Amino acid sequence: MNNALGTSALRVALGMALAAIGLAVWGVRRRDEDFVRAAYAAVYANAVLISLAVAAMLTALLTHDFSVKYVAQVGSRATPTLYTIASLWGALEGSILFWGWVLSLYAAAVIYANRKRAGALVPYAAATLMGIAVFFGILLVGPASPFGLVSPIPADGPGPNPLLQNHPLMAVHPPLLYLGYVGMSVPFAFAIGAMLSGELEDDAWITFSRRWTIVAWGFLSAAIIAGMWWSYEVLGWGGYWAWDPVENASFMPWLTATAFLHSVMLQQRRGMLKLWNMCLVVSTFVLTILGTFLTRSGILSSVHAFTQGPIGYYFLGFIALVLLISLVLIAGQSGRLRASGSLDAAVSRESVFLLNNLLFAAFTFTVVLGTLFPLVAEALRGVKVSVGAPFFNRMTLPMGMALIFLAGVGPALPWKRATRAELRSQLMPPAIALVVVLALSLALGVREPYAVLTFAFAAFALVANGREFWSGTRARMRSHGEAAPIALARLIGGNRHRYGGYVAHIGIITVVMGIAASTTFKSENEATLKPGGSLVVRGITVRLDRVWGQEQQQRFVVGADVTLLEHGRAIGTLTPRQNFYPTSEQPVPTPSVRSRADADIYINLMAFDERGASATLRILIEPLVSWIWLGGLIVMFGAGIASWPTRRRAGAPADVRAPARAPRPSPAPHGASATATHAAPSTDLSGAD
Amino acid sequence: MDWRRSTIGAAIALPVIALLAFGMTRDPRDIPSPLPGRMAPDFVLASFTSPTGSTPARADSVHLAAMRGDVVVVNVWASWCLACRDEHPVLREIGRRYAGTDVHFLGVLYNDNVESGRRWISEMGGQSYPALEDPGARTAIDYGVYGVPETFFVGRDGRVAYKHTGPITEGVLIAKIEELRKAHPVAVAPADAAGGTAR
Repeated sequence: MNNALGTSALRVALGMALAAIGLAVWGVRRRDEDFVRAAYAAVYANAVLISLAVAAMLTALLTHDFSVKYVAQVGSRATPTLYTIASLWGALEGSILFWGWVLSLYAAAVIYANRKRAGALVPYAAATLMGIAVFFGILLVGPASPFGLVSPIPADGPGPNPLLQNHPLMAVHPPLLYLGYVGMSVPFAFAIGAMLSGELEDDAWITFSRRWTIVAWGFLSAAIIAGMWWSYEVLGWGGYWAWDPVENASFMPWLTATAFLHSVMLQQRRGMLKLWNMCLVVSTFVLTILGTFLTRSGILSSVHAFTQGPIGYYFLGFIALVLLISLVLIAGQSGRLRASGSLDAAVSRESVFLLNNLLFAAFTFTVVLGTLFPLVAEALRGVKVSVGAPFFNRMTLPMGMALIFLAGVGPALPWKRATRAELRSQLMPPAIALVVVLALSLALGVREPYAVLTFAFAAFALVANGREFWSGTRARMRSHGEAAPIALARLIGGNRHRYGGYVAHIGIITVVMGIAASTTFKSENEATLKPGGSLVVRGITVRLDRVWGQEQQQRFVVGADVTLLEHGRAIGTLTPRQNFYPTSEQPVPTPSVRSRADADIYINLMAFDERGASATLRILIEPLVSWIWLGGLIVMFGAGIASWPTRRRAGAPADVRAPARAPRPSPAPHGASATATHAAPSTDLSGAD
Repeated sequence: MDWRRSTIGAAIALPVIALLAFGMTRDPRDIPSPLPGRMAPDFVLASFTSPTGSTPARADSVHLAAMRGDVVVVNVWASWCLACRDEHPVLREIGRRYAGTDVHFLGVLYNDNVESGRRWISEMGGQSYPALEDPGARTAIDYGVYGVPETFFVGRDGRVAYKHTGPITEGVLIAKIEELRKAHPVAVAPADAAGGTAR
C-alpha cells in the first residue's frame, strides 16, 4: 500500500515536473498566458505529489511497514518515535526524497509568490527549478528509489545508524541543512531565468535572488551551527569542527552565499559586479550539488559518507550539465553583464565590499582545494593523501580574522566616499575598543597572537555594529520624540535588510569569539577513578559516584554518575554514558555537558570496569563554547529580520526614516531599483511589488 | 550569445568534471585488506543450527583448523542486513551442491542475536551449512569485518585467498572455489611457509 502510493506519486510527480518545463517554455515562446498558468499548476501538483510520497514513507516508518525497502533498511521496532521520524533523512534514499520534497515546496512557494508577475523571468525560473526537480525525480524513481517491495517481509529492521539515533539534534540539523542547501536552488533558478529570458537589465532577478538567498542563508547558517553542536554533543572528542569533507560541503556554499549577500548591494546600488554576482549565485548552487555528490558518491572518505551506489554517476552527470549550461550562458551573456557604475574612492563601503568578496573567494577556493586535493593528488601522482585541520586552519585563520575586521569597517564607512571627519568619528569608538581589548588580553597573559587579534578585532566589529543601532535609535528619539524601544523597533523595521545584516554580524562575531576562546583556553585531563575518587581540572572537582548499566528498549547503556564541586560546594551532576547498539561493534559515546555562560564542563566516559569498580573519565573545560550556539541563534534572528515578509504600503520609502547618515542611492538608471530593494517593500514575499 | 566566450566557459568546466569523474573510478575506502595471503585467523565457534536449518539437539562447535587441507568459505552475515537476503539463495544452493565434498561453507552471525538468526534462516528457506554464533564479534574483529555481508575464501593451505565485500554472486563463488580446489592439497613450498610465519 505504502509502496504503491509512494512509487506512483513519485512517478506522476516526475511527469508533472517535465510537463511544467514544457508548458512554461512553450507559454513564454508563444506568449500564451494559459500555458504559463498550466505550468504553474504543474509545479503545485509536483509539490502535492511529493508530499504524498513523503507522507507514505512517514506512515511506513511509523507503522513499521518492513515491506518498504527503505524501512527495512533503517527502521526498527525498538527505535524511539523521534528517531524513527528522523530516519526519514538519515540514509541515502530518504535523504534524496527529503531533498526532492523541500525543492518542490520551495518551487511552489516561489511560483505562488510571483504568479502574477508578467514577463519571462518567473516562467523560466519555474522551468529551471523543475529541471532540478526532474533530476531528483529520476533519482527517486530509479537508482535512489526509497520504495520497493521487500519479500519475504522481515519481522524487524536494523534501525538507523547508531550515531544518528543518539541525540535529538538529529531531528533538527538535517532539515535545517536541506532548507538551506535546497533553498540555494531558488536564486540559481532566477539567475538562469534571467539569462534565458534576457531580463538582465532590470534588477528583478537580483532582487528575487537576494531575497531567497537571505532565507536559504539563514537556514544554512543555523544548520552548520546545529551540525557543530551535534558533533560536539555526540562524537565525544570535545570539538565541533574537523574540516571533514561533509562539513566543508555545507561550508563552501555558505561562503559564496555570504559573499553574494554583500556584493549584491554593489549591483543594486551602484550597478557594479553584475557578472561576478551571476557567478556567485551559480557557484553557490553548484557547490550545493557538489557537496551532495561528495557525500553520496563515496568519492571521498568521511565519517558521514552515505553508502555508495550508482547514484554518484548521476550526480556527476548533473554537475557537468549544470556547469556547462551555466558557464555557456554566463559567457554568452557576459557582454550584457558589464558594470554600469564604478568605484568612486578607495576608502568607501564599496571598497570594503570588494575586499570582503576577494577574501570570501579566496576562502572558498582554499576550502574547495583542501577538500578535493586528495583527488588531485591521486590523479596526478597516484598517491593517497588526506588533508587535515592544520592545512585548513593555517590557510583560513588569517582570512577569517580579516573578514571579522571588515565586518566592523564596512558598517562604519559611508557609500561612495568617506571624508576624513567621517572616518574619524565613525572609526574612533571601535578603534578604542580594539586597543582596550588588545591591552587587556596582553595584560591578562594571553600570548597566542591569533587569539589576541581575534578578540581585539571582534571587539572592534562588535562596537562598530552595535553603534549603528545606538546612533540610529538616538537619531529617531530626537527627531520623532519616540521612546527608546519603539525607536529601535521602528529603526529596524524601516530597513530590515540593513539591520538584519548587522544583527547577523553580531551573531557571527559571537560565534567567532566562542571558537577562539574554546580552542585557545581549553583545559583537559583524563583519569581512571574508583567510585568516590575525584580529579580537579581548573578549580572544578569532578567526583565519580557510581558506574551503572541499564538495559533499554533499543540499546544497553553504561553510565557514570559524576558530581561537580566548586569551592567545596556541589554545583551539579553529570552522567556521561556509552551506548551499545546491537548493530554496532563499537559503543557510541555520549558525553555529558554542563553549559555555563563562561565555560562548558564536558565529560566523556572513555572506559569502565565491567563490575563497576572504576571508570576512565576525560574532562574538558572549554570556555565560551555556548557562545557559538548563542551566536547561531543571533545569526538566524538576523536572517529572520532581513527576510521577514511584510505587507507594506507601496511608496513608503524606509530610507527617509533611516539616520541622516544613511546613504542615498544615486539617481542613475539603476537608482530606482536600488531604492526599492533597500526599502521595505522588497521584503514582501507576496509579490505585490 | 557570444559563442567564443561560451567555449571558454565550457573549457573551464571540463577539468573539474574530469577530476570528479576520475574520483568515481577510485574508492577511498578501498584500503586493501592485509588478510589475503595470510593464515586465516583460527576460531572455534558454536553452531546454532543443524545442516537442515532446524535447531540442533546439542550445540556443535566448528573448528577452522580442523578443516585444513580443504577449501573453506566463511560468510559473515546478520538477520538485519538486507544485502544478506540477496546473496542467501546463492550461498544456500551452492553450499548444498558442495555438501560432503572437500569444500566447506560456514556462516558467521555478526552483531546479532541467535534467536533472530535462527528465525531468519527458517524464513529464508533454510541454510545448507552450519550457522555459527560469534559472541562479542571476536572472530569478526580478527577478520577485520567492516560491514556485512563479507565472504572469506580459505585455501587448502589455511591461508585467506580472497575476501569478497558485499553480496556474492554465483559466478564469483564458483570460480573462486574451483580455483582453490585446483591448488595442490598440501603443497606449501618451504620458502612460502617460512615467509608465512615470519610475516
